[in-house]
Amino acid sequence: MNAEVIGQVHKVVLELTVKNHAGVMSHVCGLFARRAFNVEGILCMPVGDGAESRIWLLVYDDARLPQMIAQLEKLEDVIRVERHAANRRVFERLEEFFL
Amino acid sequence: MQLNGAQLIVRLLEQQGITRIAGIPGGAALPLYDALSQSTKIHHVLARHEQGAGFMAQGMARVSGKAAVCIASSGPGATNLVTAIADAKLDSIPLVCITGQVPSSMIGTDAFQEVDTYGISIPITKHNWLVRDVWDLLEVIPDAFRLAESGRPGPVWVDVPKDVLTAVIELEALPEPACRDPLPLVEAALVERAAGLINAARTPVLYLGGGVIAAEACTAAVALAERAGLPTTMTLMGLGAMPVDHELSLGMLGMHGARYTNYALEEADLLIVLGARFDDRAIGNAEKFCPNAGIIHIDIDPAELGKIKRPNVAIHGDVARVLEQLSTKVLSNPRREWVARVNELKRAHPLALPGVEDPRSHYGLVRAVADLLDDEAVIATDVGQHQMWVAQAYPFRRARQWLTSGGLGTMGFGMPAAIGAALEQPERTVVCFSGDGSLKMNIQEMDTAVEEWANIKVVLMNNQSLGLVHQQQDLFYGKRIFSADYRRHTNFQKIAEGFGMQVFDLDQTEDPRALLAQALKTPGPCLIHCSIDVNQKVFPMVPPGAANTEMIGG
Repeated sequence: MNAEVIGQVHKVVLELTVKNHAGVMSHVCGLFARRAFNVEGILCMPVGDGAESRIWLLVYDDARLPQMIAQLEKLEDVIRVERHAANRRVFERLEEFFL
Repeated sequence: MQLNGAQLIVRLLEQQGITRIAGIPGGAALPLYDALSQSTKIHHVLARHEQGAGFMAQGMARVSGKAAVCIASSGPGATNLVTAIADAKLDSIPLVCITGQVPSSMIGTDAFQEVDTYGISIPITKHNWLVRDVWDLLEVIPDAFRLAESGRPGPVWVDVPKDVLTAVIELEALPEPACRDPLPLVEAALVERAAGLINAARTPVLYLGGGVIAAEACTAAVALAERAGLPTTMTLMGLGAMPVDHELSLGMLGMHGARYTNYALEEADLLIVLGARFDDRAIGNAEKFCPNAGIIHIDIDPAELGKIKRPNVAIHGDVARVLEQLSTKVLSNPRREWVARVNELKRAHPLALPGVEDPRSHYGLVRAVADLLDDEAVIATDVGQHQMWVAQAYPFRRARQWLTSGGLGTMGFGMPAAIGAALEQPERTVVCFSGDGSLKMNIQEMDTAVEEWANIKVVLMNNQSLGLVHQQQDLFYGKRIFSADYRRHTNFQKIAEGFGMQVFDLDQTEDPRALLAQALKTPGPCLIHCSIDVNQKVFPMVPPGAANTEMIGG
């Protein structure tokens, strides 16, 4: 359950609940890209009846992360942003598919 | 009732109270134009370039505070709008931009005049839509207005494929027009803490940004300043929030602020920042800005709080509403010692306006225009030296009196924005100060100004140069002036005449003040031409990367 540590920078997982329509991934990924903030991993699946999707982002916890979260929360199609330590092991459990 | 998508859009715009739209037609937008042709409520202003249409809409929005609409066709129509929309984003101006798109079935085929408008508009808008179904318009169009005007205002973009514009639906009634979202609740405990900091401060400074104007909080901000004896500075976007001749006014801060302004800020022990975002041109080197000051930051956009400077108290809220609560908790205190110290700085380090007596000099022309107008006039500018000279020397006294491209710094903004302002508020005289470099960037809109008989007065400060580039090369690049001076003299008088504008040339008169007075009094669009010495500089100037106290010149 420990946060993965690279150098002195932790990785954290962001869990986004978003409106499920074409374009929302562009909005989210574009936000990170144009603010020069790396996304280490990304997963997206519709949830429930398909009106919403969940996006999981694996990112480094550097000093700019709060600003990134604030910007994410401003996106009209983003309903909720939750920040987890890397204890949400979604990415680890997927690793076998990437071997 | 039976309506196609285009008619539905027009009906929804009418219902939203829109009476004027700027745009240019084209293939994919033809159904929209056909529907507009049948509207008795909306006047379409035919721009000569889509960027001009975008800036006209900005002019309307900046003087009214309400979302304005611009439209264009697909492909180049959409890409030509990009600069004007990006400009609105950076200055938080509410716009609803509607473009035609190739038919849905052809999207993704590299069809004629197809471009990924949705993708292109993501980073330059608050929100955007590609409307895939005609029924979606019922939600999207009201939502577009709601989003443009709610919270921190900004532009939104609605891209509509041609088949969606022509699809017919049967409706009982139109949806209600959009209302703005409710304002966020203000945390009383934070207001209490902010008041405590203000009451304890010895040398506080009030710092007003464009958000104060957007929130219509100028009167409340001035009242707070007067109650608590707060010397008050404004950003470029905040000019007009407090009359510049108010005894507490410090004028504009930053890269081209007066020396006394930046020096007074250096002595501040507390900054009360309202609706501002600590832009680099305002604060210079962020680490060295107001090193001894605590910060109270109040903004409607939570992402601005802590983005550049870490505040001691951050309040997310509408500036007007926060001031309402704050004013009851801030103790009345004239702060005579601090105000006297600021007045001493003003006397010791005044803003130097060389040549101000000569109406054919840079500062003199700005003041000569101001002397002939009252506060009801609207002052627009382009971008460059002339913009900074106007920002420094024009006596702004009213919110929405001043229209300038602050964040994006777009040359070509001025004249179309002035046209939009003049059409929106035809009772006002609208002056556009411009430079020869800027004016050339949207000079085709002279045609629109004449066709619409917009009451604009374009004051051209012609130094046959990209003056601010020339200045920087002169000061910081070993005087190697490169690609900044125009080798050929442009006859702007003939160009303006060719478009049907009246021309007044201050170079060719014995009495420039009299000619200027005549020009400003003559109804309709005109060009007022004046040659300016290319070696005049905007001073003081904070060199790039330096602290605001390290000014040169002035």
